Amino acid sequence: MKWVGAALIAGSLLLPPFLAGDFYINLASQILIAAIFALSLNLLVGFGGMTSLGHASYLGVAAYISALLTSRYGFGHGAAAVLSMSGTVAMAAFFGVIALRATGLGFLMITLALSQVLWGLAYRMSNITNGDNGIPGLTRPAPFGISLDSPVAFYWFVLIVAVIAFLMMAIFVSSAFGSSLKGVRDQPRRMAALGFNPWLVRWITFVYAGFWGGVSGLLYVYYHKYIHPTSLSTTSSAEALLGVIAGGSGTLGGPVAGAALVLLLKNYASAYVERWNMLLGLVFLLIVLAMPKGIVPGVSSLVAKLRGVSR
Amino acid sequence: MTATASNHALEVVNLRKAFGGLAVTQDVSISVRPGERRLIIGPNGAGKTTLFNQISGDLRPNAGSIRLLGNEITYLPPYKRAHFGLSRTYQIITLFADDTLQHNVTLGLLGLHAARWQMWRPMSFYSALAAEARKTLDAVGLLHLATHPISDIAYGEKRRVELAVALAQKPRVLLLDEPLAGLSDMERATVKALIAAIPRETTVIMIEHDMDTALDLAETVTLLNYGRVIVDGERDAVIGDERTREVYLGT
Repeated sequence: MKWVGAALIAGSLLLPPFLAGDFYINLASQILIAAIFALSLNLLVGFGGMTSLGHASYLGVAAYISALLTSRYGFGHGAAAVLSMSGTVAMAAFFGVIALRATGLGFLMITLALSQVLWGLAYRMSNITNGDNGIPGLTRPAPFGISLDSPVAFYWFVLIVAVIAFLMMAIFVSSAFGSSLKGVRDQPRRMAALGFNPWLVRWITFVYAGFWGGVSGLLYVYYHKYIHPTSLSTTSSAEALLGVIAGGSGTLGGPVAGAALVLLLKNYASAYVERWNMLLGLVFLLIVLAMPKGIVPGVSSLVAKLRGVSR
Repeated sequence: MTATASNHALEVVNLRKAFGGLAVTQDVSISVRPGERRLIIGPNGAGKTTLFNQISGDLRPNAGSIRLLGNEITYLPPYKRAHFGLSRTYQIITLFADDTLQHNVTLGLLGLHAARWQMWRPMSFYSALAAEARKTLDAVGLLHLATHPISDIAYGEKRRVELAVALAQKPRVLLLDEPLAGLSDMERATVKALIAAIPRETTVIMIEHDMDTALDLAETVTLLNYGRVIVDGERDAVIGDERTREVYLGT
């Protein structure tokens, strides 16, 4: 049973370039990018108990820095990526200090406010960001001289990054530090009494989540070759949060499933239904009603139940 | 570090705490010798748990000082106090409900171990911590439940895990906040034996309402009422004191 699951996952990741047309390969790339983004948010929401409504900040800022450096200041992609990631991580470190003064709803509101500031800046500082017009005409990097302009080449590139990101985050949450993090989520007071520094545990996680949010932002801007202030919007943060919760927060597969669901609805259903957001809301409602813990935990408990019956 | 301070495991001096106009700790001074078994008693609302919360760092006192093994800790955050050798249990069970018993106790060990910052090795790498946790579970008679989640076990067993998490840390000073609360007679006897077996390297300060059991464990007793120390001293002297009778029976 386990092998069947592994084979299905491997197949769905490795086969698209051979079977599907460009539309679906591009869709698969977008799903992987959204999955990295959702996984990084899940470090906060699921494993840290820190519900953020401003995670798009890291995606958007990494994308904007890279876009500006390559298009306006003539940087190469390598240097731009390094600078962009450094800037994003530094920002996460600073935002973490502000946002982690609070927990729960207060934390959520601060992350929302900070991301709104960035969104406003991207809109209004049009002499730098080009405002509502966005920054068009960007290029994709060519690592080791390999062009990523074709959908298939780009898919392979994103897949490699996504697998690394998934493994790195999986190792993070199952490490000893991951135990510290989950403990701080469940019983912060006891954890402090046991010798853990809850604030520092949360802050380190916040910065790490910002890092992977930034990575997804770089992939995002490489894919679209264009960046617009909506990438920093609350809608962008909320969609990812919706994906995490629908898929199953605090699990590793959940955010991936949730991100895939949101993107499929967005790209597929929007072709038939004009108000796809309404459909997304409806689907989300059904998931929460049927499987309160999300798709992945819900399905796995359903499978366990069915196997129990068949025996 | 002064000589007088280092002679005490815990020294609370002129501690004051008020919530708004309600003075819950009024000029409390308590000195506990290393290895001592101290019982803190008093009616509901006497300020016993509030005092514990100031000693453990959950609450900041308004005035006064707290020294732990000669270290000034009055305004230190709780986690730093743990590294000075302080550990505590809670009146309300404060465990990690979805995790196994073994993981709960391991967290107690991890809190004092540098590995708590380790980000790439899985928990299973630290087999010494797991072995130590199992040893502690064995000591409280729960090894057979080590792989069960906390949510699976009975209340009386949770009380013992609550104790095991703190004991695993081998604290120099241990604060027990009503370790017998809600237990049946048989469970009381079990937990009483566990507390009696705590090695003398650990100073034990206990809040408990069950006098029959607690007095057997105590050498010294502090009686609190309305946030003040009423009587403080050797067990029999405090029990026989007129003021103790007044607080408990009224005049």
